[in-house]
Amino acid sequence: MKKFIKKNEFINLLKDEMTISVGGFLTNGTPEKLIDLVIESKVKDLTIICNDGGFEDKGVGRLIVNNQVKKLIASHIGTNPYVGKLMQESKIEVELVPQGTLAERIRAFGAGLGGILTPTGLQTIVENGKQILEVKGQKYLLEEPLGADMALIGGAMADDNGNLKYSQTMRNFNPVMATAAEIVVVEAVKRVSEIDPEDVITPFPFVDYILED
Amino acid sequence: MNEKEIIASRIALELCDGDLVNLGIGIPTMVADYVPEGKHVTFQAENGIIGLGPLTEEETNIVNAGGVKATIKKGGAFIDTVTSFTFIRGGHIDVTVLGALEVDQEGSIASWIIPGKKVPGMGGAMDLVTGAKKVIIALKHTNNGQSKVLKKCSLPLTAANQANLIVTEMAVMKVEKDGLHLLEVHPDYSIEDVIKATEADLIINDVQKMKGVN
Repeated sequence: MKKFIKKNEFINLLKDEMTISVGGFLTNGTPEKLIDLVIESKVKDLTIICNDGGFEDKGVGRLIVNNQVKKLIASHIGTNPYVGKLMQESKIEVELVPQGTLAERIRAFGAGLGGILTPTGLQTIVENGKQILEVKGQKYLLEEPLGADMALIGGAMADDNGNLKYSQTMRNFNPVMATAAEIVVVEAVKRVSEIDPEDVITPFPFVDYILED
Repeated sequence: MNEKEIIASRIALELCDGDLVNLGIGIPTMVADYVPEGKHVTFQAENGIIGLGPLTEEETNIVNAGGVKATIKKGGAFIDTVTSFTFIRGGHIDVTVLGALEVDQEGSIASWIIPGKKVPGMGGAMDLVTGAKKVIIALKHTNNGQSKVLKKCSLPLTAANQANLIVTEMAVMKVEKDGLHLLEVHPDYSIEDVIKATEADLIINDVQKMKGVN
Protein backbone atom coordinates (compact mmCIF):
# COMPACT_ATOMS: atom_id res chain seq x y z
CA MET A 1 0.00 0.00 0.00
CA LYS A 2 1.44 3.35 -1.03
CA LYS A 3 1.36 6.42 1.05
CA PHE A 4 -1.36 8.74 -0.07
CA ILE A 5 -0.51 12.25 1.01
CA LYS A 6 -2.48 15.39 1.60
CA LYS A 7 -1.67 18.74 0.04
CA ASN A 8 0.07 20.12 3.11
CA GLU A 9 2.18 16.97 3.46
CA PHE A 10 3.37 17.42 -0.11
CA ILE A 11 4.19 21.08 0.52
CA ASN A 12 6.28 20.01 3.52
CA LEU A 13 8.45 17.87 1.23
CA LEU A 14 9.43 20.91 -0.85
CA LYS A 15 12.62 22.88 -0.22
CA ASP A 16 14.44 25.82 -1.78
CA GLU A 17 17.07 24.92 -4.39
CA MET A 18 15.58 21.52 -5.11
CA THR A 19 15.98 19.89 -8.50
CA ILE A 20 12.52 18.82 -9.64
CA SER A 21 11.72 16.91 -12.80
CA VAL A 22 8.21 17.42 -14.14
CA GLY A 23 6.49 15.11 -16.62
CA GLY A 24 4.53 16.31 -19.62
CA PHE A 25 4.98 17.46 -23.20
CA LEU A 26 3.76 20.99 -23.87
CA THR A 27 1.83 20.43 -20.60
CA ASN A 28 0.03 17.29 -21.89
CA GLY A 29 0.61 14.94 -18.94
CA THR A 30 1.90 17.63 -16.58
CA PRO A 31 0.55 17.39 -13.00
CA GLU A 32 -1.06 20.83 -12.71
CA LYS A 33 -2.36 20.36 -9.15
CA LEU A 34 1.16 19.57 -7.92
CA ILE A 35 2.39 22.70 -9.74
CA ASP A 36 -0.35 24.69 -7.93
CA LEU A 37 1.07 23.43 -4.64
CA VAL A 38 4.68 24.23 -5.57
CA ILE A 39 3.47 27.78 -6.27
CA GLU A 40 1.59 27.85 -2.94
CA SER A 41 4.75 26.65 -1.12
CA LYS A 42 6.73 29.68 -2.38
CA VAL A 43 9.94 27.59 -2.57
CA LYS A 44 12.54 29.30 -4.74
CA ASP A 45 15.76 28.82 -6.71
CA LEU A 46 14.48 25.56 -8.16
CA THR A 47 16.14 23.66 -10.96
CA ILE A 48 13.39 22.31 -13.20
CA ILE A 49 13.85 19.43 -15.64
CA CYS A 50 11.03 19.25 -18.17
CA ASN A 51 10.66 18.58 -21.88
CA ASP A 52 9.80 22.24 -22.49
CA GLY A 53 9.10 25.55 -20.78
CA GLY A 54 5.35 25.04 -20.93
CA PHE A 55 3.19 28.11 -21.34
CA GLU A 56 3.04 31.28 -19.28
CA ASP A 57 -0.26 30.14 -17.76
CA LYS A 58 0.23 26.36 -17.85
CA GLY A 59 2.65 23.69 -16.71
CA VAL A 60 6.16 24.50 -15.44
CA GLY A 61 5.79 27.83 -17.24
CA ARG A 62 3.76 29.01 -14.25
CA LEU A 63 6.69 28.34 -11.87
CA ILE A 64 8.97 30.29 -14.20
CA VAL A 65 6.55 33.25 -14.42
CA ASN A 66 6.34 33.13 -10.61
CA ASN A 67 10.16 33.52 -10.49
CA GLN A 68 10.69 30.29 -8.56
CA VAL A 69 13.08 28.78 -11.09
CA LYS A 70 16.84 29.40 -11.13
CA LYS A 71 17.63 26.93 -13.88
CA LEU A 72 15.60 25.15 -16.56
CA ILE A 73 16.84 22.03 -18.31
CA ALA A 74 14.60 21.44 -21.35
CA SER A 75 14.58 20.68 -25.08
CA HIS A 76 12.31 23.53 -26.14
CA ILE A 77 11.31 26.90 -24.71
CA GLY A 78 9.61 28.50 -27.73
CA THR A 79 6.08 28.29 -26.32
CA ASN A 80 6.86 30.38 -23.25
CA PRO A 81 8.14 33.86 -24.20
CA TYR A 82 8.72 34.68 -20.51
CA VAL A 83 11.66 32.22 -20.46
CA GLY A 84 13.34 34.14 -23.30
CA LYS A 85 12.75 37.41 -21.46
CA LEU A 86 14.31 36.10 -18.23
CA MET A 87 17.24 34.68 -20.23
CA GLN A 88 17.94 38.10 -21.77
CA GLU A 89 17.89 39.63 -18.28
CA SER A 90 20.20 36.83 -17.04
CA LYS A 91 17.57 35.93 -14.44
CA ILE A 92 17.33 32.28 -15.44
CA GLU A 93 19.86 29.76 -16.67
CA VAL A 94 18.59 27.54 -19.47
CA GLU A 95 20.30 24.33 -20.56
CA LEU A 96 18.87 23.20 -23.89
CA VAL A 97 19.16 19.45 -24.42
CA PRO A 98 18.02 17.50 -27.50
CA GLN A 99 14.78 15.75 -26.56
CA GLY A 100 16.05 12.21 -27.07
CA THR A 101 19.25 12.99 -25.18
CA LEU A 102 17.22 14.46 -22.31
CA ALA A 103 15.16 11.27 -22.04
CA GLU A 104 18.24 9.03 -22.17
CA ARG A 105 20.16 11.11 -19.60
CA ILE A 106 17.24 10.69 -17.20
CA ARG A 107 17.01 6.98 -18.04
CA ALA A 108 20.76 6.59 -17.39
CA PHE A 109 20.40 8.05 -13.91
CA GLY A 110 17.42 5.85 -13.10
CA ALA A 111 19.19 2.78 -14.44
CA GLY A 112 22.46 3.38 -12.62
CA LEU A 113 24.45 4.10 -15.78
CA GLY A 114 27.38 6.51 -15.93
CA GLY A 115 26.01 8.24 -19.00
CA ILE A 116 25.05 7.53 -22.57
CA LEU A 117 26.82 7.76 -25.93
CA THR A 118 24.78 9.45 -28.64
CA PRO A 119 25.53 10.74 -32.13
CA THR A 120 22.91 13.49 -31.63
CA GLY A 121 24.53 16.90 -31.35
CA LEU A 122 27.87 16.01 -32.98
CA GLN A 123 29.34 18.92 -34.95
CA THR A 124 26.87 21.32 -33.31
CA ILE A 125 27.20 23.62 -30.29
CA VAL A 126 25.67 20.82 -28.19
CA GLU A 127 29.06 19.05 -28.24
CA ASN A 128 30.85 22.00 -26.61
CA GLY A 129 32.68 20.93 -23.45
CA LYS A 130 31.74 17.27 -23.83
CA GLN A 131 33.89 14.22 -24.43
CA ILE A 132 33.70 12.61 -27.86
CA LEU A 133 34.34 8.87 -27.82
CA GLU A 134 34.79 6.51 -30.73
CA VAL A 135 33.16 3.09 -30.66
CA LYS A 136 33.48 0.70 -33.60
CA GLY A 137 34.57 3.55 -35.83
CA GLN A 138 31.60 5.77 -35.00
CA LYS A 139 31.86 8.98 -32.98
CA TYR A 140 29.54 9.66 -30.05
CA LEU A 141 29.00 12.39 -27.47
CA LEU A 142 29.23 11.35 -23.85
CA GLU A 143 26.13 12.72 -22.13
CA GLU A 144 25.95 12.51 -18.35
CA PRO A 145 23.15 11.03 -16.25
CA LEU A 146 20.50 13.45 -15.01
CA GLY A 147 18.61 12.82 -11.80
CA ALA A 148 16.37 14.91 -9.56
CA ASP A 149 15.57 15.35 -5.90
CA MET A 150 11.90 15.01 -6.74
CA ALA A 151 9.85 13.92 -9.75
CA LEU A 152 6.31 15.18 -10.27
CA ILE A 153 4.37 12.65 -12.30
CA GLY A 154 1.12 13.35 -14.15
CA GLY A 155 -1.25 11.74 -16.63
CA ALA A 156 -1.34 8.60 -14.52
CA MET A 157 -4.02 6.12 -13.62
CA ALA A 158 -2.99 4.78 -10.22
CA ASP A 159 -4.13 1.66 -8.41
CA ASP A 160 -4.35 1.10 -4.64
CA ASN A 161 -0.88 -0.40 -4.59
CA GLY A 162 0.70 2.55 -6.41
CA ASN A 163 1.11 0.92 -9.82
CA LEU A 164 0.66 3.32 -12.72
CA LYS A 165 -0.41 3.32 -16.31
CA TYR A 166 -0.90 6.44 -18.36
CA SER A 167 -3.68 8.05 -20.32
CA GLN A 168 -3.03 8.35 -24.08
CA THR A 169 -0.14 10.70 -24.95
CA MET A 170 0.17 11.89 -21.34
CA ARG A 171 2.75 9.14 -20.88
CA ASN A 172 5.71 10.94 -22.57
CA PHE A 173 8.47 11.71 -20.01
CA ASN A 174 6.49 10.51 -16.97
CA PRO A 175 7.62 6.85 -16.80
CA VAL A 176 11.32 7.65 -17.18
CA MET A 177 11.21 10.52 -14.68
CA ALA A 178 9.57 8.18 -12.16
CA THR A 179 12.79 6.11 -12.21
CA ALA A 180 15.21 8.97 -11.63
CA ALA A 181 14.37 10.93 -8.49
CA GLU A 182 14.85 10.62 -4.75
CA ILE A 183 11.15 11.28 -4.12
CA VAL A 184 8.49 10.44 -6.70
CA VAL A 185 5.09 12.10 -6.30
CA VAL A 186 2.13 11.24 -8.50
CA GLU A 187 -0.97 13.24 -9.34
CA ALA A 188 -3.44 10.67 -10.63
CA VAL A 189 -5.98 11.59 -13.29
CA LYS A 190 -7.90 8.48 -12.28
CA ARG A 191 -7.82 6.03 -9.37
CA VAL A 192 -8.63 2.36 -9.82
CA SER A 193 -8.47 -0.49 -7.32
CA GLU A 194 -6.16 -2.66 -9.40
CA ILE A 195 -4.32 -2.34 -12.71
CA ASP A 196 -3.85 -5.64 -14.55
CA PRO A 197 -0.18 -6.55 -13.94
CA GLU A 198 0.28 -6.93 -17.70
CA ASP A 199 -0.71 -3.29 -18.22
CA VAL A 200 1.44 -1.66 -15.53
CA ILE A 201 3.88 0.89 -17.01
CA THR A 202 5.40 2.23 -13.79
CA PRO A 203 5.58 -0.51 -11.12
CA PHE A 204 4.74 0.61 -7.56
CA PRO A 205 8.28 0.47 -6.08
CA PHE A 206 9.17 3.56 -8.15
CA VAL A 207 6.33 5.53 -6.57
CA ASP A 208 6.69 7.18 -3.16
CA TYR A 209 3.56 9.27 -2.83
CA ILE A 210 0.24 9.79 -4.52
CA LEU A 211 -1.57 13.06 -3.93
CA GLU A 212 -5.00 12.59 -2.38
CA ASP A 213 -7.88 14.25 -4.20
CA MET B 1 -1.61 25.54 -55.18
CA ASN B 2 0.26 28.02 -53.01
CA GLU B 3 3.99 27.65 -52.31
CA LYS B 4 3.50 25.61 -49.15
CA GLU B 5 1.07 23.26 -50.89
CA ILE B 6 3.51 22.77 -53.77
CA ILE B 7 6.27 21.78 -51.33
CA ALA B 8 4.05 19.48 -49.25
CA SER B 9 2.47 17.71 -52.22
CA ARG B 10 5.85 17.12 -53.89
CA ILE B 11 7.33 15.65 -50.71
CA ALA B 12 4.35 13.31 -50.32
CA LEU B 13 5.47 11.58 -53.53
CA GLU B 14 8.72 10.59 -51.79
CA LEU B 15 6.87 8.45 -49.22
CA CYS B 16 6.72 4.73 -49.92
CA ASP B 17 4.13 2.15 -49.00
CA GLY B 18 4.84 0.85 -45.50
CA ASP B 19 7.03 3.79 -44.44
CA LEU B 20 7.15 5.02 -40.84
CA VAL B 21 7.34 8.81 -41.11
CA ASN B 22 7.86 11.71 -38.72
CA LEU B 23 6.63 15.12 -39.86
CA GLY B 24 7.83 18.36 -38.29
CA ILE B 25 5.77 21.47 -37.54
CA GLY B 26 4.62 23.80 -40.35
CA ILE B 27 4.87 22.81 -44.01
CA PRO B 28 5.95 19.23 -43.10
CA THR B 29 2.66 18.64 -41.24
CA MET B 30 0.80 19.38 -44.50
CA VAL B 31 2.53 16.44 -46.22
CA ALA B 32 0.04 14.07 -44.54
CA ASP B 33 -2.77 15.64 -46.62
CA TYR B 34 -1.13 14.65 -49.90
CA VAL B 35 -0.23 10.99 -49.38
CA PRO B 36 -1.47 9.26 -52.55
CA GLU B 37 -4.51 7.04 -52.07
CA GLY B 38 -3.64 3.40 -51.73
CA LYS B 39 -0.24 4.14 -50.17
CA HIS B 40 -0.17 3.03 -46.55
CA VAL B 41 2.08 5.32 -44.53
CA THR B 42 2.29 5.37 -40.71
CA PHE B 43 3.03 8.66 -38.99
CA GLN B 44 4.96 8.87 -35.74
CA ALA B 45 4.73 11.83 -33.37
CA GLU B 46 7.77 12.18 -31.09
CA ASN B 47 5.68 12.95 -28.02
CA GLY B 48 4.48 9.34 -28.15
CA ILE B 49 2.26 8.13 -30.97
CA ILE B 50 2.77 5.46 -33.58
CA GLY B 51 -0.12 5.90 -36.01
CA LEU B 52 -0.94 9.59 -35.65
CA GLY B 53 -4.33 10.46 -37.14
CA PRO B 54 -5.97 13.78 -38.08
CA LEU B 55 -6.57 16.68 -35.69
CA THR B 56 -9.78 16.74 -33.66
CA GLU B 57 -11.99 19.14 -31.75
CA GLU B 58 -13.28 16.34 -29.50
CA GLU B 59 -12.31 16.04 -25.83
CA THR B 60 -9.12 13.94 -25.67
CA ASN B 61 -5.79 13.53 -23.88
CA ILE B 62 -4.08 12.90 -27.23
CA VAL B 63 -1.92 15.67 -28.63
CA ASN B 64 0.52 15.72 -31.55
CA ALA B 65 4.11 16.94 -31.34
CA GLY B 66 2.87 20.50 -31.73
CA GLY B 67 0.71 20.08 -28.63
CA VAL B 68 -2.49 20.18 -30.72
CA LYS B 69 -5.42 17.80 -30.05
CA ALA B 70 -5.19 14.86 -32.43
CA THR B 71 -6.25 11.25 -32.91
CA ILE B 72 -4.64 7.84 -33.15
CA LYS B 73 -5.28 5.44 -36.03
CA LYS B 74 -6.71 1.99 -35.42
CA GLY B 75 -3.86 -0.41 -34.74
CA GLY B 76 -1.62 2.38 -33.41
CA ALA B 77 0.29 2.60 -30.13
CA PHE B 78 1.06 5.09 -27.39
CA ILE B 79 4.70 5.09 -26.32
CA ASP B 80 6.86 6.95 -23.83
CA THR B 81 9.61 9.39 -24.80
CA VAL B 82 12.44 6.87 -24.38
CA THR B 83 10.72 4.43 -26.77
CA SER B 84 9.84 7.27 -29.13
CA PHE B 85 13.49 8.28 -29.45
CA THR B 86 14.53 4.64 -29.70
CA PHE B 87 12.49 4.70 -32.90
CA ILE B 88 13.98 8.04 -33.94
CA ARG B 89 17.65 7.69 -33.05
CA GLY B 90 17.82 3.96 -33.64
CA GLY B 91 17.14 4.19 -37.37
CA HIS B 92 13.57 2.87 -37.24
CA ILE B 93 12.04 5.95 -38.88
CA ASP B 94 12.13 5.69 -42.68
CA VAL B 95 11.61 9.35 -43.47
CA THR B 96 11.57 12.58 -41.51
CA VAL B 97 10.40 15.83 -43.04
CA LEU B 98 11.51 18.99 -41.29
CA GLY B 99 11.55 22.71 -41.93
CA ALA B 100 14.76 24.71 -41.64
CA LEU B 101 16.07 28.27 -41.50
CA GLU B 102 19.02 27.29 -43.70
CA VAL B 103 20.32 24.18 -45.45
CA ASP B 104 23.57 23.81 -47.34
CA GLN B 105 25.09 21.88 -50.22
CA GLU B 106 26.82 19.50 -47.80
CA GLY B 107 23.46 18.57 -46.28
CA SER B 108 23.99 20.51 -43.06
CA ILE B 109 20.84 21.93 -41.48
CA ALA B 110 20.21 24.97 -39.26
CA SER B 111 16.75 25.13 -37.70
CA TRP B 112 16.74 25.79 -33.97
CA ILE B 113 18.41 29.04 -33.01
CA ILE B 114 19.07 32.57 -34.26
CA PRO B 115 21.64 33.72 -31.70
CA GLY B 116 20.64 36.89 -29.91
CA LYS B 117 17.22 36.92 -31.54
CA LYS B 118 15.30 33.70 -31.17
CA VAL B 119 16.16 30.65 -29.09
CA PRO B 120 13.23 28.22 -29.27
CA GLY B 121 15.42 25.16 -28.73
CA MET B 122 15.96 22.04 -30.78
CA GLY B 123 13.17 19.87 -29.36
CA GLY B 124 13.47 16.51 -31.12
CA ALA B 125 14.92 17.88 -34.37
CA MET B 126 18.58 17.01 -33.70
CA ASP B 127 17.71 13.39 -32.91
CA LEU B 128 15.38 13.15 -35.92
CA VAL B 129 17.88 14.35 -38.53
CA THR B 130 20.61 12.23 -36.95
CA GLY B 131 18.65 9.00 -36.79
CA ALA B 132 16.09 8.91 -39.60
CA LYS B 133 17.02 6.86 -42.67
CA LYS B 134 16.02 9.68 -45.02
CA VAL B 135 15.92 13.38 -44.15
CA ILE B 136 13.84 15.67 -46.34
CA ILE B 137 14.09 19.40 -45.73
CA ALA B 138 11.01 21.46 -46.64
CA LEU B 139 11.57 25.18 -46.90
CA LYS B 140 10.89 28.29 -48.93
CA HIS B 141 13.72 28.81 -51.40
CA THR B 142 14.39 32.37 -50.25
CA ASN B 143 13.65 34.67 -47.35
CA ASN B 144 13.30 38.38 -48.30
CA GLY B 145 15.26 37.66 -51.47
CA GLN B 146 18.06 35.88 -49.58
CA SER B 147 18.72 32.27 -50.51
CA LYS B 148 18.09 29.70 -47.78
CA VAL B 149 19.97 27.06 -49.78
CA LEU B 150 23.59 27.93 -49.07
CA LYS B 151 27.17 26.86 -49.69
CA LYS B 152 27.60 26.71 -45.93
CA CYS B 153 25.04 27.34 -43.18
CA SER B 154 25.71 30.55 -41.23
CA LEU B 155 23.52 29.74 -38.21
CA PRO B 156 24.37 27.12 -35.53
CA LEU B 157 23.70 23.66 -36.92
CA THR B 158 21.00 21.19 -36.03
CA ALA B 159 23.23 18.53 -37.59
CA ALA B 160 26.05 18.31 -40.13
CA ASN B 161 25.70 16.40 -43.41
CA GLN B 162 22.32 14.81 -42.68
CA ALA B 163 19.89 16.22 -45.28
CA ASN B 164 19.25 13.92 -48.24
CA LEU B 165 16.64 15.84 -50.20
CA ILE B 166 15.71 19.53 -50.26
CA VAL B 167 12.31 20.56 -51.57
CA THR B 168 11.31 24.20 -52.13
CA GLU B 169 8.52 25.86 -54.12
CA MET B 170 11.04 26.22 -56.97
CA ALA B 171 13.01 23.02 -57.02
CA VAL B 172 13.95 19.57 -55.79
CA MET B 173 17.62 19.14 -54.92
CA LYS B 174 19.51 16.04 -53.80
CA VAL B 175 22.61 16.04 -51.60
CA GLU B 176 25.22 13.65 -52.96
CA LYS B 177 28.87 13.07 -52.11
CA ASP B 178 29.98 15.28 -55.04
CA GLY B 179 27.60 18.12 -54.17
CA LEU B 180 24.05 19.36 -54.54
CA HIS B 181 22.23 18.10 -57.63
CA LEU B 182 19.32 20.00 -59.11
CA LEU B 183 16.80 17.29 -59.97
CA GLU B 184 13.52 19.06 -60.68
CA VAL B 185 12.29 22.60 -61.32
CA HIS B 186 8.72 23.86 -60.88
CA PRO B 187 7.20 24.79 -64.30
CA ASP B 188 6.70 28.42 -63.18
CA TYR B 189 10.49 28.83 -63.07
CA SER B 190 13.45 28.26 -65.36
CA ILE B 191 16.71 26.58 -64.41
CA GLU B 192 18.27 30.05 -64.59
CA ASP B 193 15.72 31.37 -62.05
CA VAL B 194 16.67 28.59 -59.64
CA ILE B 195 20.41 29.17 -60.08
CA LYS B 196 19.87 32.90 -59.42
CA ALA B 197 17.85 32.23 -56.26
CA THR B 198 20.36 29.69 -54.91
CA GLU B 199 23.59 30.60 -53.17
CA ALA B 200 24.74 26.97 -53.14
CA ASP B 201 26.59 25.56 -56.12
CA LEU B 202 24.18 23.38 -58.09
CA ILE B 203 25.25 20.40 -60.15
CA ILE B 204 23.06 20.36 -63.23
CA ASN B 205 22.76 17.30 -65.41
CA ASP B 206 19.34 16.02 -66.25
CA VAL B 207 16.73 18.39 -64.80
CA GLN B 208 13.09 17.30 -64.88
CA LYS B 209 9.83 19.20 -64.46
CA MET B 210 8.73 19.04 -60.79
CA LYS B 211 6.64 15.92 -60.28
CA GLY B 212 3.09 16.15 -59.02
CA VAL B 213 2.36 19.67 -60.23
CA ASN B 214 0.19 20.59 -63.19
